[in-house]
Amino acid sequence: MAVEIINGKYDLNLPLAKTEGLPDLGGAKIEMVWADTKGEPKNGQAEAERVVTQDGVVGVIGAYQSSVTKTASQATERLRVPYVCSDSSSPTLTERGLKYFFRVSPHDGIFAHDQFNFLKDLERIKKQKVQSVALLYENTEFGSNVGKQEQKYAQEYGYKVVEDISYTANATDVTSEVGRLIKTNPDVLMHASYITDAILFTKTFKEMGFNPKGMLTMAGYIEPGYLPAVKADGDYIIVRSTFALDLAKSKPLVGKVNELFKKKYGIDMSENAARSFTAPFVFADAINRAKTTEPEAVVKALHDTNIPGDQVIYPWKGVKFDPQSNQNIYATGTLVQIQNQQYVTVWPFESAAKDLVWPFPAWKSRK
Amino acid sequence: MGGDLLQQVVNSFLIGSVYALVAIGLTLIWGVMNIVNFAHGEFLMIGMFIAFWSYTLLHLDPILSIPICAAVLFILGAASYRFIVSKVMTGPILAQLVVTFGLSIFLANLAVLLWTPDFRLIEKPLLNGTWTLGNVQLSIPKFVASLGSVLVSAGILLFLRKTKTGKAILAVEMNRESALLVGINTERINALSFGVGAALVGIAGAFLSMYYYIYPQVGGLFGLISFCIVALGGFGSIEGAFIAGILVGFVQTLGGYYFDPAYKYALVFLVYLITVWIRPQGLLGW
Repeated sequence: MAVEIINGKYDLNLPLAKTEGLPDLGGAKIEMVWADTKGEPKNGQAEAERVVTQDGVVGVIGAYQSSVTKTASQATERLRVPYVCSDSSSPTLTERGLKYFFRVSPHDGIFAHDQFNFLKDLERIKKQKVQSVALLYENTEFGSNVGKQEQKYAQEYGYKVVEDISYTANATDVTSEVGRLIKTNPDVLMHASYITDAILFTKTFKEMGFNPKGMLTMAGYIEPGYLPAVKADGDYIIVRSTFALDLAKSKPLVGKVNELFKKKYGIDMSENAARSFTAPFVFADAINRAKTTEPEAVVKALHDTNIPGDQVIYPWKGVKFDPQSNQNIYATGTLVQIQNQQYVTVWPFESAAKDLVWPFPAWKSRK
Repeated sequence: MGGDLLQQVVNSFLIGSVYALVAIGLTLIWGVMNIVNFAHGEFLMIGMFIAFWSYTLLHLDPILSIPICAAVLFILGAASYRFIVSKVMTGPILAQLVVTFGLSIFLANLAVLLWTPDFRLIEKPLLNGTWTLGNVQLSIPKFVASLGSVLVSAGILLFLRKTKTGKAILAVEMNRESALLVGINTERINALSFGVGAALVGIAGAFLSMYYYIYPQVGGLFGLISFCIVALGGFGSIEGAFIAGILVGFVQTLGGYYFDPAYKYALVFLVYLITVWIRPQGLLGW
């Protein structure tokens, strides 16, 4: 949809929306070439090489799984093709010193930091004291790095980590993991998962009666398939996010973009879709300013990127890359809570759309 | 401590018995035909989807759609044998290996095409909720799935031991040539065993669908674990597969609880490696 907006004429306050194609390149249109990695790192590399060497693409975007982005961006770096990622969140991706790799969205270091800032705010503003946390994360690139970041911030902020569990993603059964959590009885659970584990854990939490004061989660719990699968059992779980539909109240652009999205796909824009939405604009904007698709010039233009906050669909100040790491310095996260099977912004408290429900209501007390 | 251990023992048995049922179907096919059915995990996935669609379209609870799952999977299994596997039975060994592998890829991708890669759950199965027995939380659907798996496993063993057809299957498993000599139609037995093996995993799919999420790739890890169970129990041994299934449930759950969840599957495969090192034919293989 982002590419349609760039190639067509839309009355939206987004980069290149009002003109057809790229005006400084004679109205050139963007053509998409798709590659399916099936979420496998080995395919990430192979597919990136294929689209560059066979299809001759001038830039690469995407890959949801950090492990896939990692191998794909190594391939593009070697082939000297610019890569703009707005999906993957592993902090290491922008710590490798790659010259051609840029990230628009916040990384898990920022998200993990947010979680602990939230706990401090909770104590300061809502007078809810939290002492212990349990860390639970899947064992690939994404989860294990989140675990490291959370360990770091827990020490820094003075929270006791009572359990630190790394588990196999796509497990068939997680009763032993949940058993350990129940035994240590943490105040707060921090869980980094993909969707399969998020569904299985939610079911097992309910079945075995795991009731911490709060569950702070990432990724899996906000994937579009999660809520349709678990329905009301997802309620009161808190997820890190860059986007929520309730942002439309303070940012009309969000509402307009979602309207277009709904017309095209028949469903509301999810956080994942919203995250992917921005990379094409950042890329197109850079190519347009570079007036060429020559990689070095595009990389230079990407470094000069300065998209203002009112042209992105997130609560950020905009897009501007750190000259060293190529990470967007304005990218920040929010926390949303699932209430009545909807994601609503609850933190930062000053921009909350609804009040936080805390502590997490015990499973047995629900209908 | 006592409560924790008991809870984990219960959990071990609940998952182990379902593993056992999945593996019994696989070991039966192997025992009779010496063919590894790589599509076994996908058969499981199809069983789960049938239970899901019976629930969604016919409002039939998974516990009631068990006969449908079994019947459809029986037909699918027998047809897979008749139209695909039997063609390569006399061919090179490599063809026998890759044919079911190809079938598994085909089925998984067909499921994506037909039903999208989305995740489904059966929202309100008839059997829902948890019993609290002392310190132990017992999930009702898991308990029923486990009990059902044990009963079906016992049933299949009785069928093989007591009925004429069952004895014919065992005879082919022991010695194909001799079975031919005494007048057993081995082609028919092959198709039948493939069908029964698939029906068993279809039943396991119906049980699992009561509490597990359903999507086209769901068979992957279950398939892998069931290969390990079959080898651990002894290729072709029904009792062996049952015992090994329970054992894997225990290793995985207790290992995850007392040792480290990150290594629970590694532990399963370690136990498997040690067993085949000491006893290459598996626990009850010959």
